[in-house]
Amino acid sequence: MRPADLASLAGGSLRGHPTRSLLTLLAMAIGVASVIVLSGLTEGARDYVRRQFLSLGTHLLIVLPGRNETHGGPPPLLGSTPEPLTLDDALALTRLAPVRRVAPVVVGNVPVRHGGLEREVTVVGSTAAFLPVRRLRLAQGRFLPPGDAHRARPVGVLGARLRRELFGPGEALGTWLRVQDRRFRVIGVLADTGQALGLDLGDMLVVPVASAQQLFDTDSLFRILVEARDAESVEPAREAVLRTLRRRHDGREDVTVVTQGAMLAAFDRILRALSLAVAGVAAISLVVAGVLTMNVMLVSVAQRTAEIGLLKAVGAADRQVLALILAESASLSGLGALLGLTLAAGVIALERRLFPAFPLAFEPWAVGFATGAALLTGIAFSLLPARRAARLDPVAALAGHA
Amino acid sequence: MIELESVERVFRVGGEAVRALDGVDLTIADGEYAAVMGPSGSGKSTLLHVVGLLDRPSRGRYRLDGVDTTTLGEAQRARLRRERIGFVFQAFHLIPRMTAAENIELPMILAGLPPRERRRRVTRVLRDLGLAERCGHRPDQLSGGQRQRVAIGRAMVMHPGILLADEPTGNLDHRAGAQVMALLERLNREEGITLLVVTHDPAVGGRAERRIDMLDGRIVADRPQRGDPSR
Repeated sequence: MRPADLASLAGGSLRGHPTRSLLTLLAMAIGVASVIVLSGLTEGARDYVRRQFLSLGTHLLIVLPGRNETHGGPPPLLGSTPEPLTLDDALALTRLAPVRRVAPVVVGNVPVRHGGLEREVTVVGSTAAFLPVRRLRLAQGRFLPPGDAHRARPVGVLGARLRRELFGPGEALGTWLRVQDRRFRVIGVLADTGQALGLDLGDMLVVPVASAQQLFDTDSLFRILVEARDAESVEPAREAVLRTLRRRHDGREDVTVVTQGAMLAAFDRILRALSLAVAGVAAISLVVAGVLTMNVMLVSVAQRTAEIGLLKAVGAADRQVLALILAESASLSGLGALLGLTLAAGVIALERRLFPAFPLAFEPWAVGFATGAALLTGIAFSLLPARRAARLDPVAALAGHA
Repeated sequence: MIELESVERVFRVGGEAVRALDGVDLTIADGEYAAVMGPSGSGKSTLLHVVGLLDRPSRGRYRLDGVDTTTLGEAQRARLRRERIGFVFQAFHLIPRMTAAENIELPMILAGLPPRERRRRVTRVLRDLGLAERCGHRPDQLSGGQRQRVAIGRAMVMHPGILLADEPTGNLDHRAGAQVMALLERLNREEGITLLVVTHDPAVGGRAERRIDMLDGRIVADRPQRGDPSR
């Protein structure tokens, strides 16, 4: 039998039962599409996280108070502080050779008032280095002035959204804000950069670190952001930071230094595992589609017993009958996979249009995996019905009973 | 040449052995026209299935054109069915979703003939059968007689040496039945095909040149007859 004839015979018998064929096709298509879309979702999440990290700067180290055995894990959100990090600790780090910039960070929530409007705002205390270290841009005015970090100055820089909410269309530069019981003058407005890892930078007020410590009545720092000179100096910088702080803290190792690369790698590992797990779950739907194909082919063989007997009577060998049934299920799963690819491409294109900030990835490996799995399950599961058909006794089959 | 030598075919039905064929010796020469007659259960259909290589004898030997078929494998038997034997059934056994032309084409597809050759043969067969304008019709759009003619076309399109017909007129009225028999006999007469017809209808069986009577799996009578005077 010629392959083209095999295909057209298979196609003919599939068209003979359009509803049954279409439903199987649909099951296959949904299975394939869900593998592709779901893996596109997790891969999209990976890309998103990677971009977010890169937006923080590439050679970033984060110094946290407290000893924590998290090599490469995400920073602890709340750490008990054996010995707090101080501003002098941060200043000491600026003198290290592999370090380009150091930005001490104090964070707290305090009420901020302007005119009749008051709201709770995240106030970040830092230095002039905060702007380049965090890759922020100014929309208006200037950032915190460089100079002695110990000097408290009543100036602040507004996040873009906070500016909108407090001032609306009005001018913010030069106006005075009441922050808790102190007054701060607005000297700059940050450009809108959206979110970075969940912390909305548009919603904060940046003030000099010493002013923030006065506001929160503390001497300690929340953390220290350290920017290494380049990618090669990240590791030397980490060692130098640890050495310096150990010396300053009487020989105790009571800080944790997390490099950005290690954090990224950790997130990447988690998301990669998630991606594979989700693809695996979606692949179950392919197996279900395979079982469905088997059922459909079993019913089809049972209904066409007389036809298979006739094929044998006019000279079809067992292997030809086997090939015919397998060709039918292969066409079903092949077409189903194709339909699923189209469906997935459509869903992904639509999602990209609706949510351009979080685009789904169209993963070649997922396409290959889903198509391969569809064909494999479709054919593997129809081996049983195909063998059953091939082994039918032609005399009994012609009489209509298997 | 069909040669059966003490052929037995035993079925097990509910633990009991049923001898559908019980020591059949039969030789049919090329170009013969024979009718196998007998009541139902006499084994005449089983005989036809064995001769047509759809069934294997439990014991005994069957030589087709000098080849011992009992030793052949499944694929070789399928090949012989494809190339040497044509079947016509009482229930026509046309594939309902295929047109008349496609049904006739089917054995040639299984044989792997090139499409051009297939089209050529289908066109000629349809013309010979007087069904040229029905080629695109599906079986449910054809009358019983037309369906059986399509089935005969399908049996003949591979130019087999042997045509086996199992109650070919069983589902047809008298007129259509007579037409079908006339067609089969014409193939026997003009193409020299060996024609073996199984029937319990004396009017059909009486037309053959040789009549074989069966009862309980045995041949009880085998004699030449004059055939139908109307031929």
